[in-house]
Amino acid sequence: MGHLVVFAGQIFNGISVASILLLTALGLALSFGLMNVINMAHGEMLMVGGYITYLTCRFVHGPGAFLLALGFSFVGSALLGAVLEVTVIRWLYGRPLDTLLATWGVSLILQQGARSLFGAIGVDVVAPPWLSGSVAIGRGPLAGLTLPSVRIFIIVLTIVVFALLLLFIARSRAGLFLRAVHQDREMAQALGVNTRWVDLLVFAAGTGVAGLAGTALALIAPVTPTVGQSYVVYAFLVVIVGGLGSLLGTALAALLVGLFSAGVQMFTSVSLADVLLLVLVVVFIQFRPRGIVFRRSRVMKEA
Amino acid sequence: MNRLLQRTVKAIAPGLCALLLAGTSSAQDKTVKVGVLHSLSGTMAISEVTVKNATLLAIDQINAQGGVLGRQIVPVIEDGASDPAIFSQKAQKLIQQDKVVTVFGGWTSASRKAMLPVFERFHSLLWYPVQFEGNECSPDIMYSGAQPNQQILPALNWAFEKDRKRIFLLGSDYVFPRTANLILKKHIVHDGGTVVGEEYVPLGGTDFSSIITKIRIAHPDVIFNTLNGDSNVSFFKQLAAAGIREAQLPVMSFSIAEQEAKAMGPSLVNGSYAAWNYFESLNNPMNRQFIAAYKARYGQNSVIDDPMIHGYVDVLIWAAAVKKAGSFDPQAVRKAATQLGWIGTAMGPVKFADNQSLYQTAYVGQLQSNGQFNILWQSKEPLRPEPYDSLAFPGRSCVLK
Repeated sequence: MGHLVVFAGQIFNGISVASILLLTALGLALSFGLMNVINMAHGEMLMVGGYITYLTCRFVHGPGAFLLALGFSFVGSALLGAVLEVTVIRWLYGRPLDTLLATWGVSLILQQGARSLFGAIGVDVVAPPWLSGSVAIGRGPLAGLTLPSVRIFIIVLTIVVFALLLLFIARSRAGLFLRAVHQDREMAQALGVNTRWVDLLVFAAGTGVAGLAGTALALIAPVTPTVGQSYVVYAFLVVIVGGLGSLLGTALAALLVGLFSAGVQMFTSVSLADVLLLVLVVVFIQFRPRGIVFRRSRVMKEA
Repeated sequence: MNRLLQRTVKAIAPGLCALLLAGTSSAQDKTVKVGVLHSLSGTMAISEVTVKNATLLAIDQINAQGGVLGRQIVPVIEDGASDPAIFSQKAQKLIQQDKVVTVFGGWTSASRKAMLPVFERFHSLLWYPVQFEGNECSPDIMYSGAQPNQQILPALNWAFEKDRKRIFLLGSDYVFPRTANLILKKHIVHDGGTVVGEEYVPLGGTDFSSIITKIRIAHPDVIFNTLNGDSNVSFFKQLAAAGIREAQLPVMSFSIAEQEAKAMGPSLVNGSYAAWNYFESLNNPMNRQFIAAYKARYGQNSVIDDPMIHGYVDVLIWAAAVKKAGSFDPQAVRKAATQLGWIGTAMGPVKFADNQSLYQTAYVGQLQSNGQFNILWQSKEPLRPEPYDSLAFPGRSCVLK
């Protein structure tokens, strides 16, 4: 393999890692940025999406089963997120540390629940036939490069979800309310925006997108009770580097983290690449404590 | 003063009585207690429960034939809960409170290392059933699982016989893969092969995209895989998605047995290789008997693998050693166990060496679509266990008195 092919392959791998990170981080960016809520159970929403995918693919057969699973895991995780918001998070607004502890407890309950229901060993989702191959480039300067179809699918899925989310915020009425609450919660409230409803909607949408991340991840890795844990830390990292509350910043940060990992892993080991990534983030935060993109917001001023 | 004495006597007396009673009852009783200590909950339960089952099967079979030295064996079962600290506590509880004469148990090296000081302090005896990285030598443990020279190095010999000399080492980042690869590297270089790559992922790691790129660049003839648990599923999935097939690039795994293959779905790992000291597909009368007895008790869908047969054989050898020693005393039993000579088992003839590890045969198998291994190779004779590899740890040896 030529250098160019390896280089292109790693950029592809980096983008593919960034995609799953972004799907996981979007919900966190929304709830963290808008509601100042640190949801430690966010990783478990990804896990729930994974298990819903597993169940769907087990009981529904045919080429469309996987697309159906995408829908189910979005709705399922969003519903679970809504329940979490109504039963726990709503009562703890303005108490970020209490929220952190409470959601951590929820995360442990969900993990043990999954372990009791599905067992400690991961369950496996078999990718549908139209996703199981890989695209090999036969000619040109990139001859010899093979791109797994599942990873292409995950990248496309992320772009579509990201675009829909941006469109939703920029164009829909609910999105307008969301922006209003984000800029000034009290003023929005005074003008008749039902902020409770906006919070619930945003939180549910964020967890729903995390469920989609779980479905995407199920294509390349087993679904285990602890799968969320390994992603939630990186998702927080991405949100903080990206700039609290900025979706564009979150996307840029996810891309940065993905490409950095893929690049550095070629020269060192996976563990050392993680260490270097964290060092980079610590240094970066020193110089830009508010992340890549920072938007002014009353909520953030208080934080 | 007098009252204090009275109070002290009152306080101690029940305890003394209980002690006396315990002493007399165990002398009159026709039973003897042994400990069975495995993870029955937590992440390791899936593997360890089956070893516990096999251990109990052996105990029942011995009891059905009249027990040992005229006594029925009573297993005291404890849960190590996949936590080394709990393994250590429960080992102490079994020895001190339950007064067991020996303990069968442990799986991870971390659990064994946590129990070791307990067994050394009380001079009790632990029977450890799982292959491990060696590099340890305690008089109070019987190591029946394979030493590196009985599993990893035979696999290397097999690869060299097939002229696969460019080897890529891939493992989870913890003690067993690191030590196993340390030994492998020395032997690969010594025997004229090449280590074309060595990579570790954190336990539970799921992203192998960069490692697969490295594998492509390195062009290995074979991958030696010491990944643990779920990381295996991610790795094999992503390897297949990247268009690399078993036929082009064989993977030799050291942590995938029949149980794991069943859990992962045999289609995913179909065609990959494994090295063990037992396969369920071994064709001998003792193995057929064992499989039939196990399935009759635990269900026809049960799958049997290497650590289970070790758990089973450990009990049989313990019973034979007790008979030979004429005593349940751990010190007498461990000495007798090394003097038993060859014993025929479902995994072939075995014998405990002076270093309290087991002589056993090494096998290499290839996984088939039914989840069973097709046995391709076996060592010419049972291999002598070497706790300290001569190339990786020169000058060290395990001498027990």
